[in-house]
Amino acid sequence: MSIWYALWDALPIEMFHWDFMKNALLALLLMAPLFGLLSTMIVTGRMSFFSDALGHSAFTGIAIGAICGLAAPIWAAVIFSVAFALLFSFVRSRSNQAADTLIGVFSSSAVALGIFAATVGGGSFTKYNKYLIGDILSVTPGEIGMLALVLLAVVIFWVLYSNRLTLTAIHPQLAASRGIPVGLSQTLFTVAIAVVVTLSISSVGLLILNSLLVLPGASARNVARNLKQYHALSVLFAFVAGIAGLTVSYYSGCSAGAAISLGLTAIFAVTFCLRKARA
Amino acid sequence: MNLTHHGGSCGHSCCLRVENLSVKIGADDILKDVNLHVHCGELVALIGPNGAGKSTFLKAILGQREYEGVIAFSEPGQRSKKPRIGYVPQSPAFDPSDPVSVADLFACCMSRRPAFLGLGKSMRQTVLDCLSRVHGEDLIDKRVGTLSGGELQRVLLALALEPMPNILILDEPLSGVDVEGMQTLMDMLDEIRKNYDLSILMTTHDFSLLRQYADQVVLIDHAVLIQGPPDRVLDSEEFHRTFHLRGGSV
Repeated sequence: MSIWYALWDALPIEMFHWDFMKNALLALLLMAPLFGLLSTMIVTGRMSFFSDALGHSAFTGIAIGAICGLAAPIWAAVIFSVAFALLFSFVRSRSNQAADTLIGVFSSSAVALGIFAATVGGGSFTKYNKYLIGDILSVTPGEIGMLALVLLAVVIFWVLYSNRLTLTAIHPQLAASRGIPVGLSQTLFTVAIAVVVTLSISSVGLLILNSLLVLPGASARNVARNLKQYHALSVLFAFVAGIAGLTVSYYSGCSAGAAISLGLTAIFAVTFCLRKARA
Repeated sequence: MNLTHHGGSCGHSCCLRVENLSVKIGADDILKDVNLHVHCGELVALIGPNGAGKSTFLKAILGQREYEGVIAFSEPGQRSKKPRIGYVPQSPAFDPSDPVSVADLFACCMSRRPAFLGLGKSMRQTVLDCLSRVHGEDLIDKRVGTLSGGELQRVLLALALEPMPNILILDEPLSGVDVEGMQTLMDMLDEIRKNYDLSILMTTHDFSLLRQYADQVVLIDHAVLIQGPPDRVLDSEEFHRTFHLRGGSV
C-alpha cells in the first residue's frame, strides 16, 4: 500500500493526494474486472434479478449475525447468502413456476426477515445504512485486501469454468449432451455470486451492487460480437464508469456509488444507440 | 416385441441396439417395450404425434432420462459398449442478443482454454476443419443468434461431428428450416453417413423427404406402432390413423 500511496503523491493529480481517494481508486481497479467478469455471465444467464435478491439476503444475514452477537456479521451473511442461493436453486429445480416469480418470493422474504431481525426488540435500522448505501470513499485497506482475494478467486474460477458456464447459460440441452453437469454448474455459479455479493456489500453498498453486476455486461452485450469483446468491454465499461464516477463525486460532493451507477447508465445509453452497428 | 427388418440382430455390421426400452413417469408409461436396431450408415426417422414419447426416447439414448431395458452399441467382434453420441438439439434456443460467435461456441465445447481469451491459431483451424464438413467455413465469425435456421442446423451438426460419433441424433432438425434448406441439410446428412459410416437417428414432423432419404421410419406413440422402409410405414393404416389422414399419400 505504501508504494501505491507514494506513487500518487508523486503525480500532480490533486484529488489523488488524499488517502481515501487512493484507497477508493485501488478498490475500483479491483472491482472493475471482478464485476465486469461476473456481469457477463449474470446477464447471459438471465440472473440480474437474482443477484439483486442475493444482495438483500446478504443484508439479512448481516442483521441476523448482528443480533446473534457475532463479532464479524459479514461471515454470518456469507453463510446465509450461500444457504439462500442453494435453497433457491433447489426450489427452482423442483418448481414449475417461472424463475422471476420464485426470485420475487425469495427476495421479499429475505428483505422482510432482514428488517424483522434488525428491528426486533425495538432496535434501530440506521446502523445498517452502511450496507444499504455503502461508500467506496470509506473503503479500508483491509477491505481492499478482501476484494483482491475475491478477485483472485473469481479469475481462477473463470479460467477453469467459464467455458462450461457459458455453454450452460446459452444452451443447457447442448451443454448436457456434451457431458457438462448443468445443475451443478448453475449451482456453483449461484454460490459464487452469493459469496462475491456478500463480501463486497460493505465496500460498495447494496443499492449500487446490482448496477455493477448488471450494467457493464448489459452495455457490452449491445455492441460485442464475440466473447472476447464481451468480456473486455464489460471490464472496460466498469473501469471507465468507476473512474468517471469517482472524479464527479470528488468535485461535486455527491455519493460516489450513485455517480458510478449513473456513469454505467450513460454507457448503457450510448451502447444502446450503437447496437445496430454490430454484425 | 418390435424387431427391425434386420431380424433383431446386428449381424456383420455395427449397430445401435435398443431392446425392451421402457420409460415411466410416476405410474404413466411414456414408452413401453421399444425395440430398435440402427445399423451403421443407416438413417432412421422417428415420427409420431406430439407427446408420443419421441423426445423421451432420444433423452433415454442420451442418458438424460432413466429407463429400463438395453441401449448398447455393438461392433463386429467386439463387446457391446456405450456408444459415442453426437447430438443436434432442437434449434430455436439461442438468444439473438448473445455475443457468442460460432468460433466461441466451438471453443466452449472443445477447448480447455477459456473462450473469452480468444481462440488460438490451432483452435481456429480446428473449427474451420469442423465447419468444412458442413460447407460452413464462412460462418465462423457470425454470432450464433443471427444464423438462419438452416445455418444453425449446419453449425450444430458440425459440432456434433467432433469428435466423430458412432451415432448422430438430431431432434427436429427440419423445423424452422425453409424448403431449400431442408434439401441441403438432408443431402449433407446423406453425405456424412456415407463418408463416415455412422448411424443417424432423427425425429421429424416433416414427411416429404423421408421416402428419398430414410432407410427406416419408426412410427411411435408410446410404443412402436410400425417400423420399416419409408414406403411401408408411410402407406400403412397405422400411419394414416395416427395422423388422421384420409386417402392420398405423403
